[in-house]
Amino acid sequence: MTSPAAIIELREVHKSFGTQKVLDGLSLKVPRGQTTVIIGRSGGGKSVILKHMIGLIKPDQGQVLVDGQDIRPLDDREINELRKRFGMLFQDAALFDSMTVFENVAFPLREHSRFNEKKIREVVEEKLGLVGLTGHGEKMPSQLSGGMRKRAGLARAIALEPEIILFDEPTTGLDPLMTDAINRLIQNTQEKLGITAVVISHDLQGAYQVAHQIAMLYQGRIIAAGSPQEIRDSDDAVVQQFIHGRAEGPIEVL
Amino acid sequence: MTLTRPLEAMGRVVMHGLEQAGEILLLLVQTVLWLMRPPWRMRLVFKQMEFVGIKSLNVTILTGVFTGGVFALQTYHGFALFGAESLVGSTVALALARELGPVLTSLMVTGRAGSAMAAELGTMRVTEQIDALYVMAVNPVQYLVLPRVVASVIMLPLLTIVADYVGILGGYVVGVHLLGINAGIFVAKIIEYVDPEDIMQGLIKAAIFGLILSLVGCFKGFYAYGGAEGVGKATTEAVVLASVTILAADYILTALMF
Ligand SMILES: Nc1ncnc2c1ncn2[C@@H]1O[C@H](COP(=O)(O)OP(=O)(O)OP(=O)(O)O)[C@@H](O)[C@H]1O
Ligand SMILES: [Mg+2]
Repeated sequence: MTSPAAIIELREVHKSFGTQKVLDGLSLKVPRGQTTVIIGRSGGGKSVILKHMIGLIKPDQGQVLVDGQDIRPLDDREINELRKRFGMLFQDAALFDSMTVFENVAFPLREHSRFNEKKIREVVEEKLGLVGLTGHGEKMPSQLSGGMRKRAGLARAIALEPEIILFDEPTTGLDPLMTDAINRLIQNTQEKLGITAVVISHDLQGAYQVAHQIAMLYQGRIIAAGSPQEIRDSDDAVVQQFIHGRAEGPIEVL
Repeated sequence: MTLTRPLEAMGRVVMHGLEQAGEILLLLVQTVLWLMRPPWRMRLVFKQMEFVGIKSLNVTILTGVFTGGVFALQTYHGFALFGAESLVGSTVALALARELGPVLTSLMVTGRAGSAMAAELGTMRVTEQIDALYVMAVNPVQYLVLPRVVASVIMLPLLTIVADYVGILGGYVVGVHLLGINAGIFVAKIIEYVDPEDIMQGLIKAAIFGLILSLVGCFKGFYAYGGAEGVGKATTEAVVLASVTILAADYILTALMF
């Protein structure tokens, strides 16, 4: 079977929570081996998109395809196999608060690699180093700052060097220096391993830097998708208003 | 129209109860299925056995001693009316073995550990830690629920043995030392009237109560929603539902076994 160019594809996805329609016929193609950045308003449904990609949320209507295969009919075992190819950083990190930072990062390795204890220690120390948390491994998540938690979650997401990594706002809440460092880390990881990355971000500078494709979510759909250059040059008034951060325009801000 | 409204409300409550019972049974089925599939996470089971068992020893001993003592006091006053003081020991022992040991131990452990299970899983649910398990291809029923259920089913009978033992001891202290019943007779009547079968049936009850309290605790936590308030609600509901279910199950089991 030839694998399609889009490793993940959302087709006409509809999703409501109660009476609130969040995704309204959303379609999006995530190209293999590239970085896609999703931008859009707070509360617009970006996290919901990410959760669809990994099967945490099922669409009311429409399809989610991974490697051209609809993931809805997969049984528990099949979806687990699929998820082993993914890593995910949650918006609030979702670290296990009963485990140390070290154990959190080691968790996917202990579950799904055949590494011995020495190798696990090595990998965990390496990943903690990559996110600037060397020496913080023995702390509990509750003893970390918000930004540190996020970075610990990032280390956990990349621990197994999965084929596809979903990052929910990896740089929100970090200082400018750390933001740049994390953007570089995402870029390096993506390039070095040739993985597919999907990043949600409010940091447009970072998005221009790391993205091959930027997709803009608005009113439950992707209204524009293209290279950073194409997005900047877009003549869509909504896109222009958003990327320039203006309160006046077609988007009602308040 | 208005006449049927209370009926409708009652119907809704019953439907909700049945629905919930169905969901809990489903969780039980899933747990049993995972029990037959590796990996078996013995470390997690041992950790829960320590939490449910060892850490409940204090309350179990206190509950047992005072229950045995007060029961001896109560029966003594009744039995003394027709000169049957010698039966106080065996009455206390029988009641403890068949009813009070398993029921009171389970209710105490529900308050201590069942509530903690609901709070812990509930927190993990609302902070997306359970989603994180799914994402990392680890089934949360296998990782979180199974160890708690297995540990509870194993530890509740053991705790009940302790409760029975110290309860009889409490009864002995009150009966023999405070009320002056002859020590030899007190013990002899226990041996004469209490069958190993009485104790066994109490232990079977305890195992089933352990299943109930852990399953309900995990269920309420697993499906918690709505932040800290939701976790609090799940915890309260877990204790109430588990306690009521234990008492109802006790009646049914007693009717079936004796
Ligand atoms: N599990 C859920 N139950 C009910 N409503 C939900 C749920 N998850 C998300 N929503 C709703 O869906 C909408 C989109 O949420 P989402 O978290 O995807 O926003 P977002 O684009 O990620 O925003 P932000 O940039 O602030 O993180 C919100 O209005 C939210 O209230
Ligand atoms: Mg979000």
